[in-house]
Amino acid sequence: MGTLEQTVETEVHHGPARGITRWLYTTNHKDIGSMYLWFSLLMFLLGGCMALTIRAELFQPGLQLMEPNFFNQMTTMHGLIMVFGAVMPAFVGLANWMVPMMIGAPDMALPRMNNWSFWILPFAFCMMVATLFMEGGAPNFGWTFYAPLSTTYAPPSVTFFIFAVHMMGISSIMGAINIIATILNLRAPGMTMMKLPLFVWTWLITAFLLIAVMPVLAGVVTMMLMDIHFGTSFFNAAGGGDPVLFQHVFWFFGHPEVYIMILPAFGIVSQIIPTFARKKLFGYASMVYATASIAFLAFIVWAHHMFTVGMPLAGELFFMYATMLIAVPTGVKVFNWVATMFRGSMTFETPMLFALAFVVLFTIGGFSGLMLAIAPADFQYHDTYFVVAHFHYVLVPGAIFSIVAAVYYWLPKWTGNMYNETMGRWHFWLSFIGVNVTFFPMHFVGLAGMPRRIPDYALQFADFNAVASVGAFMFGLSQLLLVYNVVQCIRVKRPATAEVWEGAEGLEWTVPSPAPYHTFAQPPLVK
Amino acid sequence: MAQLQRKHTKVVRNLLLSSVLMFGFGFALVPLYDVFCDITGLNGKVTRTGPAEPMLVDRSRTVSLQLTAVNNEAMPWLFEPMTAEMNIHPGMTGQTAFIARNPTGKTMIAQAVPSVAPAEAAAYVQKINCFCFERQSLEAGQQQEMPLLFVIDPDLPDHISKITLSYTLFDITPQLQASHYAEQPQTGRFML
Repeated sequence: MGTLEQTVETEVHHGPARGITRWLYTTNHKDIGSMYLWFSLLMFLLGGCMALTIRAELFQPGLQLMEPNFFNQMTTMHGLIMVFGAVMPAFVGLANWMVPMMIGAPDMALPRMNNWSFWILPFAFCMMVATLFMEGGAPNFGWTFYAPLSTTYAPPSVTFFIFAVHMMGISSIMGAINIIATILNLRAPGMTMMKLPLFVWTWLITAFLLIAVMPVLAGVVTMMLMDIHFGTSFFNAAGGGDPVLFQHVFWFFGHPEVYIMILPAFGIVSQIIPTFARKKLFGYASMVYATASIAFLAFIVWAHHMFTVGMPLAGELFFMYATMLIAVPTGVKVFNWVATMFRGSMTFETPMLFALAFVVLFTIGGFSGLMLAIAPADFQYHDTYFVVAHFHYVLVPGAIFSIVAAVYYWLPKWTGNMYNETMGRWHFWLSFIGVNVTFFPMHFVGLAGMPRRIPDYALQFADFNAVASVGAFMFGLSQLLLVYNVVQCIRVKRPATAEVWEGAEGLEWTVPSPAPYHTFAQPPLVK
Repeated sequence: MAQLQRKHTKVVRNLLLSSVLMFGFGFALVPLYDVFCDITGLNGKVTRTGPAEPMLVDRSRTVSLQLTAVNNEAMPWLFEPMTAEMNIHPGMTGQTAFIARNPTGKTMIAQAVPSVAPAEAAAYVQKINCFCFERQSLEAGQQQEMPLLFVIDPDLPDHISKITLSYTLFDITPQLQASHYAEQPQTGRFML
């Protein structure tokens, strides 16, 4: 490891630059991580406002507040912004902050590319959000942008949407390359692969998923672009193409994409639970293998999103069984988390509360996923609110709760101050109740046949929808507490120790709080 | 330092290459799905076209063939089968026709896209000649009988006694009139 020492000698020690150029030109992984996190918070609030617009319209049957086309624009933009603007950048931000500190690296492997991959994002999302103000309105074909809705019948702004997706894809691919290079090449001496913290492991696997599927997403939007502007017929039956082809290519990207949004969450929860149970993680190796199995299975289950397109029986059976197989490694993970807590000395600080809620509610989302995986039953559930309930259970109390848990867990390390525990608990309990009041009734209206993506509904669904809307506003407004808590934690001096949490283990807790601008310039020795 | 740089370069090169390959793979999925459907006979596409080998006519069986005609979205042509249902012995050459009339005041070009249900039967239908092999052009007010010549393979599984042959008619006039596209030779993707 003589090479690493040389790196240290040539490095110039300095603090952050002053003013706006600090953020524009920065190559520091902590600065870039913070920018990713702030950006994702902004997108989360914007996407949340759109969700509340949707829930306000659905508070009562009939059309109250908006015309159906605008409603469709809201569902589309809500989905796109939450997936590509809130959840993914938040995980990349956490990776930027924590991966180098967890493996004892001085920075990311490719710091300039890191800067570039962040700064593409604001432009991509400005372009996408700008479509709301264009003639013909924003994309209104759902976040899955099925052809021909997104080609033949799309508003003119679809071209801006396509280029925005291209830019997000480039950003994600560069981020993934950076993370892989960092983890493979910059581990401190003694940090073998099977000693990596699980957050690092899950991110490594996620990064490979990103490299594998983001180019396919870029490909499918390029095909759309060609169909719309250059007279090709990839998805146009009149020219010999096939709209079902779109769904196949899209979900070949789309299913691994949903695991991109959940694997880092598994990693976060696997960091937090051992800390507050004051026990080592149960079954470390099985966690790694389970994550890898889930990533592999992600590539062979895509058609379970499209059971109703008219697949042959053999196809339905294959995709049904392959999908159910995912429950096995996921079950291993849930078992390990529970086993970690078993006979632990547990305390229930805010990060732990969010992590526990993650385990319980994500499992509920997983079970409704198993119900959807049953091909013959899926014909009834398809495109109903049951699907909406399912994926919101895995994404909101799944991905989002894990991100919030991570923020509370590492916030003292980032800012050097403890957050306000009482306010943290208020945030948790309001979110927890809000999220369940919002999404649990959707299971019932879905099973009773309420279709998704429609601004009006039959009268018998009125009560449950009103309840869901109340829950949504409760959940949405309680996220302002998160903003308040983060700002308070930055501003109010309540110095945190280096270790922060009593049971915390890992290299990131060996550096002072707040983490200095440059950490591990001298690589630590891992025993 | 140089050694670390080399390691980074190697990782970045391999990963960039993988991204480019996966971008290509996205496009490769287009023919791959076609090939997959051809081999398995899924998707209800008839792939056996052209002159048929003489087959043994199985007079002990009768298969009911239903013919349906659908107009895509705003396609204004009148389009219907001459007979809605015909009974035929497997191995026997069947002949029928679809009638199309262009009621508009201008010349239009159409493309019919076929589909077979159940999809399992698609592999046993051979189209000797079909109006769907070519674009159909009708002048204003013109009516035309469009022939269909086919044979059903006697190897058709026993449990299939009814086959639906459906045609969807697409108006492709605007696409053909748009720019250079019309001059291009007919590509394989038009042949269904």
